[in-house]
Amino acid sequence: MPDPITPSAELLKGLWRENPVFVQVLGMCPALAVTNSAVNGLAMGLATTFVVVMSSLLVSSVRRWVPKQVRISTYILIIATFVTVADFALQAWTPALHRELGAFVALIVVNCLILGRQEAFASRHSVVPAVADAAGMGAGFTLALVMLGSVREVLGMGSWFGLSLFGPRFEPWVVMILPPGGFLMMGVLLLLFACVADARRRAGGRLYGGREAA
Amino acid sequence: MRLPETARLVLTLGIAGTLSGVTIVSTYRLTLPRIQANQAAALERAVLEVLPGGTSMQRLVWGEHGLAPAATGAEGGDSVYGGYDAAGGFVGYAIPAAGAGFQDTIRLIYGYDPGRRRIVGMEVLESRETPGLGDRIFKDPEFVAEFRDLAVEPRVALVKGHGEGPNEVDAITGATISSQAVVRILGQANEAWLPRLPPAAEAPPLPPPQERRPVHPGGERGGPVPGGRAGEGR
Repeated sequence: MPDPITPSAELLKGLWRENPVFVQVLGMCPALAVTNSAVNGLAMGLATTFVVVMSSLLVSSVRRWVPKQVRISTYILIIATFVTVADFALQAWTPALHRELGAFVALIVVNCLILGRQEAFASRHSVVPAVADAAGMGAGFTLALVMLGSVREVLGMGSWFGLSLFGPRFEPWVVMILPPGGFLMMGVLLLLFACVADARRRAGGRLYGGREAA
Repeated sequence: MRLPETARLVLTLGIAGTLSGVTIVSTYRLTLPRIQANQAAALERAVLEVLPGGTSMQRLVWGEHGLAPAATGAEGGDSVYGGYDAAGGFVGYAIPAAGAGFQDTIRLIYGYDPGRRRIVGMEVLESRETPGLGDRIFKDPEFVAEFRDLAVEPRVALVKGHGEGPNEVDAITGATISSQAVVRILGQANEAWLPRLPPAAEAPPLPPPQERRPVHPGGERGGPVPGGRAGEGR
């Protein structure tokens, strides 16, 4: 049975219960590719949040006028526009970060998390819940990327957000900032989330709530 | 009955496409000056970084009459950069070069002093070398220091172990391919440019001060990938 739709519930579900990365396992490409440092994860998360919030806002406000045969094309057009705006903005104001993220900023457009939210939620709800849902999903995505990036950066470079933690004698665990480290850490964190969810369910809670994820 | 429906679809996509186009073009126009200024500042910082003592620079284009200062606003052409000290004296050439690395193209710029026929500095501008291994071509202080005083004759050579010759660069253990790539890129650029570069005395002079663009030397130091990564080279 569906939960009642309130903006705060829509906002909060993305953080934990329906976390896009750890529960829905969406947006794996950027989640694995750019999280070799915490700051990269944060930047990618914020850029994605911007795109998903703005797209949901627009999609939910024009949903009555978009014929269903061309809805996906329209959503992609809207998403691509905001991705391009984010790409230019990052290039103009944080060139160093833009260089680090490289092609992955442009690739936000194919992040299935974003199109998924438009099709599954924004196109069926009014503006306020749609924006709340998008903001929650964006925040959950950002949280997941910062978590991944933090663990990988601390182990692989001995620093956190560029701040050296262990001094020069630390031997960095280089594999953690290489692609295999991403997969490894993703597996560990997925396991952790599944364990916590399982423990909650045993304790009498619900498993991820009533509604199906996209 | 089908035509109005089709027209509606076309209209929807047409309007969406137009709005999207307008948004993208306006953002582009709005951010372009800033993006170009960032690129120019990054380039200037890199040029002055690889030419110790340099405080100002100009772009020099290779043309029919040899090397000449680029016309203001002119793009393209085969070019290097001339670096000059505070008194306007010529310091050296900064030569941009690129070539295949281990994973992707490595773009770098290096300083060349024609008087002493030595490379006086090198900075990697862009690379996707393996973090922790190949990226030591710009994060390993010892490797970077090899290029502060490097003879170009008979040619820049990579050696394993400790090279003693003035033209020898020690390969980075575990990043032989990336080190090789850097040396190969330098070699190719040397071959292409050194015969064309006039000696210091005949280098194109810096234009009079009122025509110069202001420069800001002594910017942030470090590799081409700032953004908080501490270079923990051992």
